[in-house]
Amino acid sequence: MPTAAKTGNEAMAEAMRQINPDVVAAYPITPATEIVMIFASFVADGLVDTEYIPVESEHSAMSACVGASAAGARVMTGTSSQGLALMYEILPIASALRLPIIMSDVNRALSGPINIHCDHSDTMAARDFGWIQIFSENAQEAYDNLIQAVRIAEHPKVKLPTMVTTDGFIISHCLEKIEILEDAQAKQFVGERKAEVSLLDVEHPVTLGALDLPDYYFEHKLQVAEAMRQASQHILEIAKEFEQQTGRKYDLIENYKLDDAEIAIVALGSTAGTTKAVVDELRSKGVKAGLLKIRVFRPFPAEALAKALANVAAVAVLDRADSYSAQGGPVYTEISSALYGKTKAPKLINYVYGLGGRDVTIDDIRGVFSDLQKIDKMPTFNYFGVRE
Amino acid sequence: MSEAKKPGWRELPEADVLAAGTADKFHTGGWRSERPRWIPETCIQCMICWIACPDVAVTTKDGKMTGFDYDHCKGCGICAFECPTKPNSIVMELEKK
Repeated sequence: MPTAAKTGNEAMAEAMRQINPDVVAAYPITPATEIVMIFASFVADGLVDTEYIPVESEHSAMSACVGASAAGARVMTGTSSQGLALMYEILPIASALRLPIIMSDVNRALSGPINIHCDHSDTMAARDFGWIQIFSENAQEAYDNLIQAVRIAEHPKVKLPTMVTTDGFIISHCLEKIEILEDAQAKQFVGERKAEVSLLDVEHPVTLGALDLPDYYFEHKLQVAEAMRQASQHILEIAKEFEQQTGRKYDLIENYKLDDAEIAIVALGSTAGTTKAVVDELRSKGVKAGLLKIRVFRPFPAEALAKALANVAAVAVLDRADSYSAQGGPVYTEISSALYGKTKAPKLINYVYGLGGRDVTIDDIRGVFSDLQKIDKMPTFNYFGVRE
Repeated sequence: MSEAKKPGWRELPEADVLAAGTADKFHTGGWRSERPRWIPETCIQCMICWIACPDVAVTTKDGKMTGFDYDHCKGCGICAFECPTKPNSIVMELEKK
């Protein structure tokens, strides 16, 4: 398999080139700009057959994506932070219309105060819009997840829009050596979109997006919820097929040295990589530390997670987004709900960290593991990396 | 349709996909506060009203404007505004109560 040095953004643009979507509608925003900028050069150079729609805002970008997807096209876009926020109005329309739009979202702190660096506040605010959400730990995963996202979104039992995230600058701008599928292999893996209806099919006209009042709206929302629940098994099937092609294994969650762990961290994105380094260090000193990385945040893998954490004594859940007085950050509230009522469950504490791109160091993670060793003395809700 | 006959979420078509032309069955003419009146004597059959109407409520036959579909015309007045003849060949009048 060919290898190349790629930043996270370049890796995602490369995946888009191989996917060769019918339509891309996007508006540039730091730190996701390069994805669509590089892709625009692929369009200009004739390397793809894509209709590229340069729009005047992300609201328009997502609206154009909805229209094109409803016409039966395979559609992709990319954005970040305020750009994603400007799409919020359209995101639940995409899922309600069951349009398998595929998005790269480079995690960046929501303004304000204005900031261009990584946290997960943008993606977490979009968690209840019926989009599948897949987090990446590095550029390799960003590439692999985006290729798989096409199949996941368009699976006939799923048909839900899907966003694949990377951490702004940490992954998006960091150069890594990654393995890339052969073009033909990628093309074969993603296949062609087979839309059941198309707004451009004048021989079989349909109405899409009609007014849905109290007598029907609820049933349609339940369809989305059920499709999301069903998506888990299909994500796993597609991961299995991807593994057969590449040797790279994917699941809803990744358990790193967790089987016999006594203390563990739950993290998403690049912080999982930092945590792995600390787990290795602690293991060499005889400390039974582990990591549970959440790859798929929607659908939320509650069962797998509860099972994986059942035998761990103390767990710290790291949230790179705050929920301001809620019972923990968004990841913590999900996990504590998933563990509620289980007879075997770890003691759980929460950290909000890394907001606005605050650096997450090996020392920070060492500190969390050290706290876990005296969990009985720890408050439930904590912060690290912030000045008192 | 009675409550008992409405389909549950499993039977309901996914994604709110319906047969085409459902708006035809939904008469929106009752929303009107003003109605357009066509004056055929000065009309030049430019069809600008037909292009501009957002509700396909300008009726035609053999490629010529023949009046309005008052079941669907909401009385927005775009046709009268866009009509290029002097005097106007479409005028807006208060809907009778």
